[in-house]
Amino acid sequence: MLGEGIVKGLFETARNFLGSYVDKDRLVTVQYPEERHPLPEAARNFPFLLYDGDDPEAGLRCVSCHICEKECPPRCIYIEKSTDKKPDFVGKPQFYPARFDIDVSVCMSCQICVEVCPFDAIRMDKEFELSTDDRFGGLMWTKKELSKPNEYYQKIHPVEAAETDARRAEDVEKAKAKAAAAAAAKAAEVAKAAEAARADDEGAGKEPSKG
Amino acid sequence: MTVAFILLALITVAAAVAAMSMPRLVHCALALVVAFAGLGCIFLALGAEFVGLAQLLVYVGAVAILIVFAILLTRGSEISMRPGARSAFSGTVIALAVFAVLAHAVMTSRVSRIATTVAPPSNRVQEIGVELLHQYVLPLEVIGLLLTAVLIGAVILAWREKPAAEQEGARTR
Amino acid sequence: MNVSFTMAGGLAERVDQIFVTLDHWAVAHTPGPLQWLVQILLIVVPILAVFPGLFALTTVLERKGLGRIQNRYGPNRVGPYGLLQPVADGLKALTKEDLVPRTADGVVHYLAPLVIVVTAFLVYAVLPVGRNMTAVHLNAGLLFFFAIGSATELAVFMAGWSSRNKYSLLGAMRAIAQMISYEVPLILSTIAVIMIAGTLAPEKIVLAQASYTGIFPHWYVFTPWGFAGFLLFMTAAAAETNRSPFDLPEGESEIIAGYIVEYSGFKFALFFLAEYLEIFAVSGLGITLFLGGWSAPLSFLAVIPSWIWFFAKLMVMICTFIWVRGTLPRLRMDQLMNFAWKFMLPMALVDMVCAGVWRFLPGGALWSVLRWVICTVIVVVPYVALARGLQMGKKVEQRVYRYAEEG
Repeated sequence: MLGEGIVKGLFETARNFLGSYVDKDRLVTVQYPEERHPLPEAARNFPFLLYDGDDPEAGLRCVSCHICEKECPPRCIYIEKSTDKKPDFVGKPQFYPARFDIDVSVCMSCQICVEVCPFDAIRMDKEFELSTDDRFGGLMWTKKELSKPNEYYQKIHPVEAAETDARRAEDVEKAKAKAAAAAAAKAAEVAKAAEAARADDEGAGKEPSKG
Repeated sequence: MTVAFILLALITVAAAVAAMSMPRLVHCALALVVAFAGLGCIFLALGAEFVGLAQLLVYVGAVAILIVFAILLTRGSEISMRPGARSAFSGTVIALAVFAVLAHAVMTSRVSRIATTVAPPSNRVQEIGVELLHQYVLPLEVIGLLLTAVLIGAVILAWREKPAAEQEGARTR
Repeated sequence: MNVSFTMAGGLAERVDQIFVTLDHWAVAHTPGPLQWLVQILLIVVPILAVFPGLFALTTVLERKGLGRIQNRYGPNRVGPYGLLQPVADGLKALTKEDLVPRTADGVVHYLAPLVIVVTAFLVYAVLPVGRNMTAVHLNAGLLFFFAIGSATELAVFMAGWSSRNKYSLLGAMRAIAQMISYEVPLILSTIAVIMIAGTLAPEKIVLAQASYTGIFPHWYVFTPWGFAGFLLFMTAAAAETNRSPFDLPEGESEIIAGYIVEYSGFKFALFFLAEYLEIFAVSGLGITLFLGGWSAPLSFLAVIPSWIWFFAKLMVMICTFIWVRGTLPRLRMDQLMNFAWKFMLPMALVDMVCAGVWRFLPGGALWSVLRWVICTVIVVVPYVALARGLQMGKKVEQRVYRYAEEG
């Protein structure tokens, strides 16, 4: 019957109209600045540099290897290598970036820098309110603005961070074990040398002891 | 001759001239609309409410749209042309002759000799209706019949014809 | 003219006539040579102020209403509850650059928005917005309304043709085809009212409906032919004003914005304004013809001023238009034409016959019941038959989508 469907549709929209006043769950939109949807964990927007501990200079993981700079498709990363070295998280002396700049306006949030970084030094941030009234300086982020502590990373990407942390802890353990082994080997060597020396001593006769 | 009449008459005549002399067909059509509207306004100014509004409704609302639609559906709007100079002279002569005949007919008709001081009837629309359905009912019906015939003719013209092959097939079967 | 109104006392009457009194007072207190000017201004200025104001209100109401229908909030940032949104929109439209395409026909392109707005305003001259509140008293007021209203088609053509854009031209073609088709049922459905009321003057048509049996009014919508006529009229009105679901000429998703695609800034705003003004005007005419104009819906409610009733009814009509827009999808061109010529036109003719039967059946207790039954049958039977006929051979079913990966 002509018009039946129209009446049905009118009832449906009326139900939606009235329902939106009664039932807040119906409303699909949120009032953005005041209320926000929680971002999904995989959300990403712009990279940042990770550091361990409290000091962004000393704890910075980046070793200035330039891989991200070379891989970056829009070439928004600029790195200058330091001349001196500082110990990294396992204690190995490494270069560190004297300058590390990313141009926010050029970055396309592709996450390739994160994928290629062998040092877990660069990760994606969820922060998306990046607008500024200074379109040159305000959008060129330097090392200071990019550095964020590991705790922040654990907060925004808990699963990923746990995995990275576990891997790094393992690395540290390995390094320690290696160091211990090395130390042990060294000690053993030293001991062996000492032994050998002793044996030598013994083998050589009693002259030295005599002497 | 009031100011309003002079203004309206000037606009109407100017629009009519423009409708003949504009190079672009669409502009001519639009100028013709202005002429129609001016004519309707003159009727209104003369107190012929029904005729004036009917003029607007039929000519501005329907005839002009029809012209415009015809222009839209053809390629006429793209062609711009000047009226040929060769036909200008004969055209003027014919136009003047037609005007003279019409003017003579109007001036010598019975209508022109009716005294205009007679008060116009108060409810003209109603009177027109009554007249149409009493005294002039036969012409009205004839016009109605004619329009119906035209309508049916238009429908038949627009009827989708069966493809020739199908008709052939139907005949042989 | 109606008993309860005079019973309600002098105060109600004075409030009801307050604008008329003010008008007379203002004219009487201006010096003689300027009186004609004041008289005209007092008619024109209120129309120029009230209806664009209503337009501003309607834009925000529409956006909020549609939002709620779609389970959104709608605009709520500018001012309390977003009520100042039209101010922001207006400022935006005013500050935008006025672009005219290089190949456009400059003069016609410039004139089109003016013509459409002027005609949209002109039709308000004959709308009775309250008791004794009609701007111009014309014996053929309805004829005036339709004569002026038909000029909008030309403005649409001017806009579409002069823009030199295929979308504009397509939009204009669609608009003109649609307007011509729906003007027929629109005017035919008013003829039923004219036949019963016996006049072409809108204020007299309202007066014919402004009486009561008991407490119930004699509105034409409460008769079989009136109800059918009202639905036909409002459907045709929606199509005349390019209102959803008949918004093919502007179909944003197909031809961007149809004939207004090449207009920007304030000219665009003028088209928008004209469109809404036409909706108000044609709704106002629908109210005048079928819903008793400014008369109160129940006799004891006549205490409330007549102009409040008119605008209250107008708001109801506008809200219904918004509701329908939020509900129905856009028609296809062939559906549109089929609906106009195969359903609306026959129904309008049937409605005229029904009104004639209603007019000439005798009165009396038994006959008034019989008249109702006969007229209902006259309207309902063709409706069912037409609906069935249009449905014939068409199966309505869920569309099945086929995707590439299914092979």
